[in-house]
Amino acid sequence: MNNYELMVIFTPVLSDEDFKAEQKKYAKFVKDTGGTIVAENAWGLKSLAYPIQKKTTGLYWVLEYTAPSDFNEKLKIQMLRDESVLRHLCTKLDKYAVEYNAKKRSGVRTGTEKLAEV
Amino acid sequence: MAKNEIKYLTAIKSDNRVKKFCRFKKYGIRYIDYKDVEFLKKFLNEQGKLLPRRLTGNSLKYQRKVSDAVKKARQMALLPYVTDLLK
Repeated sequence: MNNYELMVIFTPVLSDEDFKAEQKKYAKFVKDTGGTIVAENAWGLKSLAYPIQKKTTGLYWVLEYTAPSDFNEKLKIQMLRDESVLRHLCTKLDKYAVEYNAKKRSGVRTGTEKLAEV
Repeated sequence: MAKNEIKYLTAIKSDNRVKKFCRFKKYGIRYIDYKDVEFLKKFLNEQGKLLPRRLTGNSLKYQRKVSDAVKKARQMALLPYVTDLLK
C-alpha cells in the first residue's frame, strides 16, 4: 500500500450534482479496489492558466488516498475513458509529503510561511 | 603632479556581499507542494521560467524538487507554460 494524491480537472459544463456524482464514483472506485481515502478536497471552479480543449475554466478535485501499487494503472484507464475529465495527475507521496498534507489540513504551520517573508 | 595618488591595477574587492543560502535547508522544508502556486512563483521569472540556482541559492536537491513541482503545476494548468507579466 502506498500513499497517492490525485488531482482531476473536470469540464466546467458539469452541474453540481454531476460533479458530486463523479467525485463519488472515483472515491468508490478507490474503496472497491482495496484502497482507503485519506482526504478529499473539491476546489470547485477555477480558471485555467491556459485553455485545455478550448475551455478556460475547470472543476478541480483533489483526492488523497492509499492504494495497492497496481491501482493507478486501472485508474488511468478509467480517467482516459471518461469524457468529463480534462486532465488528471497522480502523485506518489513520500513520508514528508504525507506529513505536509496532514499539517496543512489541520491548519498547523507547514514551514513554508516563513519563506513568504523572505 | 599628484604623487600621493594611489593607483591599483585591479579593482579592490569589497567583501560585503550577502552569502546566499538554500531556503529549504535553512527552514527545514522537506516537501514542495505543486498545488501551492503562490509559493512556486517565488522561483519563477516574469515569463514563467524557472530561475537558476545561481540567483535563488537553492541546493541542487531542492532545485530539482522545485522544478518537478513547477512542471506538475504547469501540467495541471495551475501555472502557464509561457506568458508575459506573471507577477
